[in-house]
Amino acid sequence: MTREARPPLLKRQHLLAIDDITSFEAICILDLAERYVEVSRQTDKRQLVLQGRTQVNLFFEASTRTQSSFEIAGKRLGADVMNMAVANSAVSKGETLLDTAMTINAMQPDFLVVRHQSSGAVELLAQKVSCAVINAGDGQHEHPTQALLDALTIRRHKKQFEGLTVAICGDVLHSRVARSNIHLLNKLGAQVRVVAPSTLLPSGIGNFGVEVHRSMETGLKGADVVMMLRLQLERMTGAFVPSIREYYRFYGLNAESLKLAKPDAMVMHPGPMNRGIEIDSDVADGVQSVIREQVEMGVAVRMAVLDALSRNIPGGGNS
Amino acid sequence: MINPAKHSSRRAYVNASVVAPAQGLNGKGGILIEDGWILDVGPKVTKDSVGTSATVTDCKGLTIIPGLIDMRVFTGEPGTEYRETLASASGAAAAGGVTTMIVMPNTQPVIDDAAIVDFILRRARDTASVRVAPMAAITKGLNGEMMTEIGLLREAGAVAITEGTKPVASANVFRRALTYAKDFDLLVVQHVEEPTLSSGVMNAGEAASRLGLSGNPGMSEVIMLERDLRLVEITGARYHASQISSLLSVEVIRAAKARGLPVTCGVSVHHLVLNENDIGAYRTFFKLSPPLRTEDDRRALVDAVADGTIDVIVSGHDPQSADTKRLPFAEAAYGAIGLETLLSAALSVHHNDGVPLTRLVEAMSSKPAEILRLETGRLAPGAPADFALVDLNLSWTVEEDVLRSRAKNSPFEHRTLEGRAVETIVAGESVFAYAPR
Repeated sequence: MTREARPPLLKRQHLLAIDDITSFEAICILDLAERYVEVSRQTDKRQLVLQGRTQVNLFFEASTRTQSSFEIAGKRLGADVMNMAVANSAVSKGETLLDTAMTINAMQPDFLVVRHQSSGAVELLAQKVSCAVINAGDGQHEHPTQALLDALTIRRHKKQFEGLTVAICGDVLHSRVARSNIHLLNKLGAQVRVVAPSTLLPSGIGNFGVEVHRSMETGLKGADVVMMLRLQLERMTGAFVPSIREYYRFYGLNAESLKLAKPDAMVMHPGPMNRGIEIDSDVADGVQSVIREQVEMGVAVRMAVLDALSRNIPGGGNS
Repeated sequence: MINPAKHSSRRAYVNASVVAPAQGLNGKGGILIEDGWILDVGPKVTKDSVGTSATVTDCKGLTIIPGLIDMRVFTGEPGTEYRETLASASGAAAAGGVTTMIVMPNTQPVIDDAAIVDFILRRARDTASVRVAPMAAITKGLNGEMMTEIGLLREAGAVAITEGTKPVASANVFRRALTYAKDFDLLVVQHVEEPTLSSGVMNAGEAASRLGLSGNPGMSEVIMLERDLRLVEITGARYHASQISSLLSVEVIRAAKARGLPVTCGVSVHHLVLNENDIGAYRTFFKLSPPLRTEDDRRALVDAVADGTIDVIVSGHDPQSADTKRLPFAEAAYGAIGLETLLSAALSVHHNDGVPLTRLVEAMSSKPAEILRLETGRLAPGAPADFALVDLNLSWTVEEDVLRSRAKNSPFEHRTLEGRAVETIVAGESVFAYAPR
């Protein structure tokens, strides 16, 4: 598709949170992402839609898969992608988030892909820059592209969201992935359950439009999708669960507990996995697992998001 | 509107409505002052009664209230003068009708030594336009371990002891401080928060969960409060909970007062007019300690002010610069400025929630004076001539360039408030006159 021929898809400059977007906008992104799945499977993957555009990946928190996924997505669309290694930068010399943002903004990038350890940091930054900002994860708040890629993966297998039961299991408290997924799956019409010990559930979770389960036995029963979350050991400053052994016994997903879900249930995980803690290897690598497909969909969704946001950049083809 | 009185020793403000709850005044009248003291006040003071013996100001129906006493003010002096000095804070205070600032010991160095109390009082005398009285630290360096020289601090002029922004965590240290302070009849003021339960950055609950922010539960306040009240019961010391923020704490205080304990408490005006939803999209000017809580909590606090369970309303004035506020929410500093908006915000509790004006004025003047044993805060013959002339219905908009405080972190930024001080008098001297832009 040429740059000039692309109609606008989103009513916004930035993608900061799933909570902000409409189900229609989400579906537009998913539809566009389907095209980029095909593109990514071609031998010649290079597109021209972002030719001449500059994308800066600004990751204040270590990430392998999300950062490389955004990098590949940008490059496939023809953008010039720069990864800013924050550990070696002025940030480690005490520069503030906003100073860093202003400095990069002065270099005239078109996209800023940002991950930060503090909730709301990406939104704060977006208020101060003129380019399009994509939230690649902020604290325990949101990770919108993860939710979109999960939705795309689910839709490709289950065709629709209406009537689906999705069980999100594990460390919901510390998980931005869970929050974004809850918002998006609710908007798209799925039934969402969260399954976790009470110490790993955020307070007021009952008002998020989810069914709350404290045991895998009830939580997985009849589920179409089992989405495991990573136990965020690095975020745990207090005692949230007594031990890994106990957590695995009651909240780990193995062949046995997976039998509680529907026979054709999909097994998902946003990665990186703690094998043998929240998920057993035979399930993670088994026939019901779509974990590697999620990674593939990640690139396609991020291509779609970059494409969609570029249409709102002045001169971005939305003429 | 008001003709500033020419300097004759005796002056009168007449044709006003006088609200002085401690004196039972709430109606038409005036005030006659001389040499910084009140000679007479009430309905008898009229243009005719004063005659030519004094310079007369016609208040044209405006309201005269005792100068406000703000029991919780932070400045940056000494140590962080870029945030606020005693002089700049006093300018904001005067503009807000506040005639006495009680400053907190959280300075650099900490107010934990008689010499620093003396420094504050001398700096205030030389640079500030309103009265200043410091609270001193309970423990040396606010480290929660070694008691300060409570007797010497009191002699030097400290009006109470407190750790300001933090509680005394150790029950043993706090018990000893209460026991010792009782011998000197000094008020002990506590920031009620159980430290191990209060690592969160906003009220715990659905709103925090949605924003992905760690929660500080109301229970952290109640647990500390309940512990302290047991210690007060044992020691008999005079205890003041600096700010309470939740419905549960209101019930605990109410029960303690019913048991006859020597307990009082305060609330910040921000907690009376704002709730956790005002944080919106991570607005750090609303990051307070204790955190803003739910609308139910806010309503309970308003009711508790109305019925006197909560004794005192404070601004909690805490100047922060852009460096400490323009950060991601979790990393930003706590606190909001409030000296200049204390009265106006409290008046909104009168206008919107129907709390009687007399009770609100009492909670910001005679009640803190009574708790701190100050001679100000009342309008009576022989009392210091500290008062404010208030237009209860004057609308004004809080903007950065209007605020006199050196810091601009007001949660009321861009809001229009109804009612404000139009003239403030300290010791008979006019220190502020409102000039609309």
